[in-house]
Amino acid sequence: MANDDCAGVFARLSEYLDRELPDLSCEEIERHISDCAPCVQFLESLRKSIDLTRGFSAEEQPSPMPDDVRERLRGLFETARARKR
Amino acid sequence: MSQTDLNVAERLLSGDPEGFDEFVESYRRKLFQYSFLMCGHREDAEEVAQETLMRVFSNLDQLRDPQSLKSWVFRIAKNECLMKRRKSVFAPEHELSLEDLHPRAGSGGELQKIEIGDWSGLPDDAAQRSEYRRIIGEAIRDLPETYRAVILLRDVEELTTEEAASVLDISTDLVKTRLHRARLALRQKLDGYLRSEFQRQSEEVSHG
Repeated sequence: MANDDCAGVFARLSEYLDRELPDLSCEEIERHISDCAPCVQFLESLRKSIDLTRGFSAEEQPSPMPDDVRERLRGLFETARARKR
Repeated sequence: MSQTDLNVAERLLSGDPEGFDEFVESYRRKLFQYSFLMCGHREDAEEVAQETLMRVFSNLDQLRDPQSLKSWVFRIAKNECLMKRRKSVFAPEHELSLEDLHPRAGSGGELQKIEIGDWSGLPDDAAQRSEYRRIIGEAIRDLPETYRAVILLRDVEELTTEEAASVLDISTDLVKTRLHRARLALRQKLDGYLRSEFQRQSEEVSHG
């Protein structure tokens, strides 16, 4: 197994996971991976890391919204709705 | 955009009275988080979130398609962030190189020697645990700004490649390149954390 093959696979793993690659490239990657344990391990770690980022919510949260701001927004919302009709 | 986000968008645009509260509650958090992680100042982030919502509601009659609500909102937020012009306190702009983000092969070039942490030990509820939230938050902040924007829109907010490209005014190819490098950088950071964690745990066990 050549180092170059792995590098070529690594470079396309995000597109592979996002199903944004043409079928032919997917097959190429799968063929390589079926025979390369480090690549499988790397792919799994990348997949888990992406899963952890989805819907990530930081510990810093916004302060509660003041009532007058909420009312102003509601007013703008009602006006826009009326215009749309 | 996730199914939950689409439901929120549909209820808001259908004029459902609960749709307003639901949207405000969900997006004030999303917008605060995006702006905070982009500009790094709490005060600025609160202002960006509020200004964005004002603009959204002022122009809501122009939007018909619930599918495009989220990217439209984030496009407004991106522009509001740019207007804050205060220098970000997070990582300075630089290119991330692929070579630095791949696992290293052994000195002989054998791939068997690649060191990857044991990810099977990652707890199922890691995303909810504060230590993982902290480490992911840090990893995101450590990314250069252009990469940070892409990972926030594509992975955290789950916009499509096309939507993220339209929010950021860049090509879809550039979104893909930056996303991949940002993900690799995050993976690397988590990998380092997992390795040190497991090493610590195994030392504790062996010292009983």
